[in-house]
Amino acid sequence: MVERPDGLEGTGFFATSLEKVVGMARKNSIWPLPFATSCCGIEFMATMGAHYDLARFGSERLSFSPRQADLLMVMGTIAKKMGPVLRQVYEQMAEPRWVLSVGACASSGGIFDTYSVLQGIDRIIPVDVYVPGCPPRPEQIIDGVMKIQYLVENESLRRRDSAEYKAMLNQYGIE
Amino acid sequence: MEEVKQQFTDQAYQEEEKQYSYLNLGPTHPATHGIFQNVLKMDGEIIVDAEPTIGYIHRAFEKLAERRPFNQITPITDRMNYCSAPINNLGWHMTVEKLIGADIPKRVQYMRVIIMELARITDHLICNAVIGVDTGALTGFVYMFQQRELVYEIYEEICGARLTSNIGRIGGFERDFSPKAWEKIHRFLKEFPKVLKEFENLLERNRIFMDRTIGVGGITGERALEYSFSGPNLRAAGVDYDVRVARPYSSYEDFNFIIPVGTNGDVYDRFMVRQGEMWESLSIIEQAIKNMPDGPFHAKVPDFYLPPKEEVYNNMEALIYHFKIVMGETDVPKGEVYHCVEGGNGELGFYLISDGGRTPFRLHMRRPCFIYYQAYPEMIKGSMLSDAILTMSSMNVIAGELDA
Amino acid sequence: MEGTALEKNIAVLNEKFEGEILHSAMLYDFPTITLKKDKIIEIIKYLKDHTDTKYHYLTTLCGIHYPELNQIAIMYQLHNMMSGERVRLKIYLPAENPQVPTLTSVHASANWMERETFDFFGVIFTGHPNLKRILNVEDMIVFPLRKEIPLEDQVRVDKNDTMFGR
Repeated sequence: MVERPDGLEGTGFFATSLEKVVGMARKNSIWPLPFATSCCGIEFMATMGAHYDLARFGSERLSFSPRQADLLMVMGTIAKKMGPVLRQVYEQMAEPRWVLSVGACASSGGIFDTYSVLQGIDRIIPVDVYVPGCPPRPEQIIDGVMKIQYLVENESLRRRDSAEYKAMLNQYGIE
Repeated sequence: MEEVKQQFTDQAYQEEEKQYSYLNLGPTHPATHGIFQNVLKMDGEIIVDAEPTIGYIHRAFEKLAERRPFNQITPITDRMNYCSAPINNLGWHMTVEKLIGADIPKRVQYMRVIIMELARITDHLICNAVIGVDTGALTGFVYMFQQRELVYEIYEEICGARLTSNIGRIGGFERDFSPKAWEKIHRFLKEFPKVLKEFENLLERNRIFMDRTIGVGGITGERALEYSFSGPNLRAAGVDYDVRVARPYSSYEDFNFIIPVGTNGDVYDRFMVRQGEMWESLSIIEQAIKNMPDGPFHAKVPDFYLPPKEEVYNNMEALIYHFKIVMGETDVPKGEVYHCVEGGNGELGFYLISDGGRTPFRLHMRRPCFIYYQAYPEMIKGSMLSDAILTMSSMNVIAGELDA
Repeated sequence: MEGTALEKNIAVLNEKFEGEILHSAMLYDFPTITLKKDKIIEIIKYLKDHTDTKYHYLTTLCGIHYPELNQIAIMYQLHNMMSGERVRLKIYLPAENPQVPTLTSVHASANWMERETFDFFGVIFTGHPNLKRILNVEDMIVFPLRKEIPLEDQVRVDKNDTMFGR
């Protein structure tokens, strides 16, 4: 069960701010887009499996279409050849969107400091939460998802329209 | 008007003007397990031609290996075929041992056999579960992944990691199997056959599954050999080539097992060969446990095997070796060696050239996926789109191994 | 026993290709024969068809760059599954403009292996049906596995090399 947000309560009514209600609803119904490329993808499969069960966090509905996804989970090495594809997927996602970078490779290139590997996906798209590990354990991935949930819950409804946010996107060259 | 009518009825005209559609499958399509791109030329639902593009997670393993000391290459091999990482690790260790001419105790070899067969089970498990998913049976996937967790727990007990295990050391294992590890292995051996049998019952004689898989994505034995297939995919096509038998390594000659062989090389055969191999792997593990010899759990290769900590603090020589290994300053003899093991997908080979320095001069990995995936366009020609997906998942193409 | 495997290969080769062998050795358990580069495809085809050898399976193929010799070696590993015999053939090409005929007419599997070798070393396999980069991005201009090419991504600034060599 989800705890209800703070608010005024009386017989027959409950009043709270819209932001909190929306935050609560969004938090518990995140649709992730698994962008699984390598080893971390297998750990993600384990996370989705019965043992660790990501469904407990309301994220069992994987959206393979970026248009309907809220959360982009980048798992695994992103090579330079893959970079433009990842960026396109991110651009196709509708606001509000969050990005979870799972594993050392996605976060920083990991042990693959080589000519062909993108040294961290934050060079091309903004990232909200980084999960370290090579590959991270399912518990860590779940922890990352919970961190995302925290961000989702506490995000102001106006944040995505703010000039600050637009400036941040412009840094990455995303309109 | 008459002219248009004529065009619709004229067979030759139609053939000439046939409109093919082009479909871009991948690189992030949910149905492609891993990241491969295929540009399909389609005639309606029928695939006329396919143009695969790979390299989407090219990580330069071979170049990376040229800069790393020998014991630090093990983590790279993990990330090659991450579904059965221990086979890669141990294959690499055996390559280096062959180069330095180490004499490996029998107990280590048997321990390795147990680990490698467990890894083979997890590899085939994931592949077969995914074939199930692609034919619409998600149930099997959920059950089989639970069993994978049991194997992960064994790995954790032995080396501390789950997926990319970095298991073992050059010369043996860093420690003997703990009683807890044995307990977990026994538990797995007790529980797994029941679930595997259940999974087999779910799919093996299932009408829907059989209709979807029999005669789909087939390849003949001759073609498979021309394309240098190996592993379960080759055996499904009827060629009984298994490195464990053809060139026994790590005491595989001591074990009794059969090589499951298919006939048509189609998806169903590949599924059944993998299924059969899992049963054989279980029997090999049982034999290994039964005949497990006593002895040390590592060979005497002080240049590569870290001395125990007490010795490092009390013994000058051990301290030197410790330092050399940790800093990766161990020189190896000059030489050129090829060692192959039966990986999850086939003959996994390491071709190592050493110039006598601390790092390999050149390390080439024979990655079975990379070699057999090139037959994919030929295998899906003339089949339906949904069959192409099934063919891909039954070939067990692992992106990390494919793209090096 | 192992010595004879090498001798057998050499005897078979000498039947038709006398004088093509530059060097031969038994490297661990693998007979290795270095050949002149000109007739390599005919030799592999000959070894495939010859009744004594029958190397019908191309195990692997790769390039090796020797900067001090300024040469690129191509290594072919052939396998006969019936007898379990294997052989490694090596040829040396000049590092500038290395060219060798393609093996795709003999072994279909050579297709991608040759593309990989082209991608890594820039070896031109003449007559190859589709010789373009396979793993790297197509607009890459260098051949990354040549020794003079640095391994690391050059865009990183957060790694300090003054204390530890990378």
